[in-house]
Amino acid sequence: MASIRLKDIGKTFPGADTPAVSDVNLDIEDGEFVILVGPSGCGKSTILRMIVGLEDITEGDMLIGDERVNDKAPRDRNLAMVFQNYALYPHLSVYENIAFPLRLRKASDSDVQERVQRSAGMLELSELLDRKPSQLSGGQRQRVAMGRALVRDADAFLFDEPLSNLDAKLRGQMRTEISRIQRSLEITTVYVTHDQVEAMTLGDRVAVLRRGVLQQVDAPRALYEQPVNLFVAGFIGSPPMNFMPAKVDGRTLSLPIGTLELEPAVAERVSGRDILIAGVRPEHFEDASLLDRERAARGVAFSAFVDVIEWLGSEQFAYIPFEAPPEIVEPLAELSRELDAELIRTQLVVSLPAESRVERGTDADLWFDPTRMHLFDPESGENLTLGTGTGAGARAVATA
Amino acid sequence: MTSRRKAMAWTIGGVLIVLYTMLPVLWIISLSFKKGDDINNKKFLPTEWSFDNYRTVFDTDLFTSALRNSLGISLIATVISVTLATFAAYAIARLEFRGKKAVLSTALAIAMFPTIALVGPLFDMWRSFGIYDTWIGLIIPYMSFTLPLSIWVLAAFFREIPWEMEQAAQVDGATSWQAFRKVIVPLAAPGVFTAAILTFFFAWNDFVFGISLTATNRSRPVPAALAFFTGESFFQQPTAAISAAAVIVTIPVITLVLLFQRKIVAGLTSGAVKG
Repeated sequence: MASIRLKDIGKTFPGADTPAVSDVNLDIEDGEFVILVGPSGCGKSTILRMIVGLEDITEGDMLIGDERVNDKAPRDRNLAMVFQNYALYPHLSVYENIAFPLRLRKASDSDVQERVQRSAGMLELSELLDRKPSQLSGGQRQRVAMGRALVRDADAFLFDEPLSNLDAKLRGQMRTEISRIQRSLEITTVYVTHDQVEAMTLGDRVAVLRRGVLQQVDAPRALYEQPVNLFVAGFIGSPPMNFMPAKVDGRTLSLPIGTLELEPAVAERVSGRDILIAGVRPEHFEDASLLDRERAARGVAFSAFVDVIEWLGSEQFAYIPFEAPPEIVEPLAELSRELDAELIRTQLVVSLPAESRVERGTDADLWFDPTRMHLFDPESGENLTLGTGTGAGARAVATA
Repeated sequence: MTSRRKAMAWTIGGVLIVLYTMLPVLWIISLSFKKGDDINNKKFLPTEWSFDNYRTVFDTDLFTSALRNSLGISLIATVISVTLATFAAYAIARLEFRGKKAVLSTALAIAMFPTIALVGPLFDMWRSFGIYDTWIGLIIPYMSFTLPLSIWVLAAFFREIPWEMEQAAQVDGATSWQAFRKVIVPLAAPGVFTAAILTFFFAWNDFVFGISLTATNRSRPVPAALAFFTGESFFQQPTAAISAAAVIVTIPVITLVLLFQRKIVAGLTSGAVKG
C-alpha cells in the first residue's frame, strides 16, 4: 500500500513536436480510488504507463510512497496492472497465469498454492484453474487478469480500460465487482477509462484530461455540479450538458429560450463580454405543466418547438433545435470533435418525466432552473459562474 | 446439386495431383526393392522383393559416413541458425534501431542470391582458410542461406505477439530476459519449429555446396555422396542402390514433418488477448 504522487509530470514522445502529457500534478492518497478519464488521445493511458514504468517520464517526478521511481524498471515498482486486452499468457493454465508473478519471485509451492487459491476464490475462478485462456469467455479472462494482479501484495492497482472489451451487461457486473474488491482491500487504485459512467461510479476522485493537460480533479459530484470549464462540462454527463448562446447586455442575459436577469456578482464577472455560452443540463429542464406553482415561480418558463421525442420508459428526451451565431457554433463544434462526436445541429436535449405529455412536432411549454445554469467564456471555455453563488453556479432572476 | 458436383471436381483434382506427385516417389521405392537386373523388368513392381540394395548401401563406407556427416552438419547448422535467428528476429520485431530496414533487405538479398554463384569464391576462400572439406565449411554457407528466411519467418511471428505480453510480464516482476524466455519464446514456438524445419531441409537437401566444398568421406553429405555411388560391378548402373539410399535419406525428413506438423499449426496465441 502506498500513495502515488505525480509532480509536474510531462511526456514528449520521441519525434513529436508537442508533449503528449504536460505538467500533471496529482496526489493519489493511500487507499484512494482515482479515475483518469478523457476522450481518446488525451494522454490518460500514457500517464498510467508512466506510473507503472512502461513509458519513460521525460519531465517531472513520480513518487510511489516517498520514493522517486522515475528510473526504476517496472518490476521494481511493485505495482499490479490489468491491461485492456488482459494480456494473459496463452501457453499457461489459469492457475499458472495467476501464479506467474509469484513464480518469478521464486515463492514456495505451498505459498503459491495458497495465494492462488485465495485470489481465485475472490474472483470465482476456482473451477477454472486448469483451463487455458483460450477456453475462457471474455468475462472470465478479465477475471483471470484481475487475479494475476490480486495475487501479489502490490502497492497499487493500475487498470487500463479493463472493461472496454466486455459487453454492456458484463461491464456493469464487473464494475461493481472491481468496486467491491477495491473497497475491501483498501488498495490504492488508478483506473483509466473513457467511459464516464465508470468514472463517476467507481472513483473517489476523478481526474479529467484534455490533450495531456489535467482539467479538473474532483469528487464525481463536484465534477458534475461545478465543472471548471466547457470541456469538463461537456464531457461529464449523459446526455451531455446543453450549450446555447447567451447575449449579455448589462444585467440582462438573452437566451434562445428566454431572457434572464443576472445577479450583480455574476453580471460583474461576465461584464465586458457580449456573448457567452450558457450551459444547462437536460435534467434541469421540466415540463411546465407538471410543476407546482411555487417551483414554477423560481425558474423560467418558455415555449419551444420539439422536433423529436425519445421515450425510454423511466424518462424521455425532447429535442429542441435552435439557431446559434457562428462565434458560438465554432467552439461548440470544436468541443464536439474533441469529445469524439460531431456537431450536426445546435439543439437542446431536455429530460422530461415519463408521464409528460409533450408531443413531437408541437410547441411545448417547458421550464428551466436558472440557478443550475453555467456561463462559459466562448474563447477560453472558462466557467464564469464557478463559485459565484450557492448551488451550482449562476444565480439568475427570471424576468417575466 | 452444383455444390456436390463442385466437391466431386475437387476430389478428382486432388487425387490426380496426389498421384502426380507420388508417382516418382513410389517408383523410387519400388526400384529400391528390385534385385540385380530386376530393374530392367519393365514392370512397376519388383518381380521379387529384396532388401539387397539396402544391405549394399549400409555396407558401403561412403554412405554411412555421408549419413553421419549429413545428420551432424544439418543439425548443428539448424540449431545455430535458429538460435541466432530468434534473437535477431526479436530485435527486429521489437526494437527501433538505425539500419533496421537495411538489415532486413540485405538478409533478403542474400537469400535471393543464386547459390552456384558463390561456390567458386567459397571454394577458393575455404581452401586458403583451411576449412575446405570440413563440417564447419558446410555449416557456414548453410547458415548464411537459411538465416534470412528464418529471421523473416520469426520476425513475422514476434510481430503477431502483442506487446502487452512482455509488458505484463515485466510488471509482474520479470526482467526483459525472463519475459523473453518465459513468455515470448513459448508463444513463438510454432515459428521456431517452422524455421528449424526449413533450415534442416535446406541443409539436408543441399547438393551444390555438398559436392563442391568437400573432397572426402570426412565431410561429404548424402546428396553429394549419392553421385559417387558405383554399382556392384563397374559396368552396372547403381540405380537400385541409389534408390535405396534416396529412400533412406527421405525418412528423417518425413519423420520430422510428421512429428512437428502439429507444432507448426499456428493459433497458439489464441486466448492471449480478447477474442
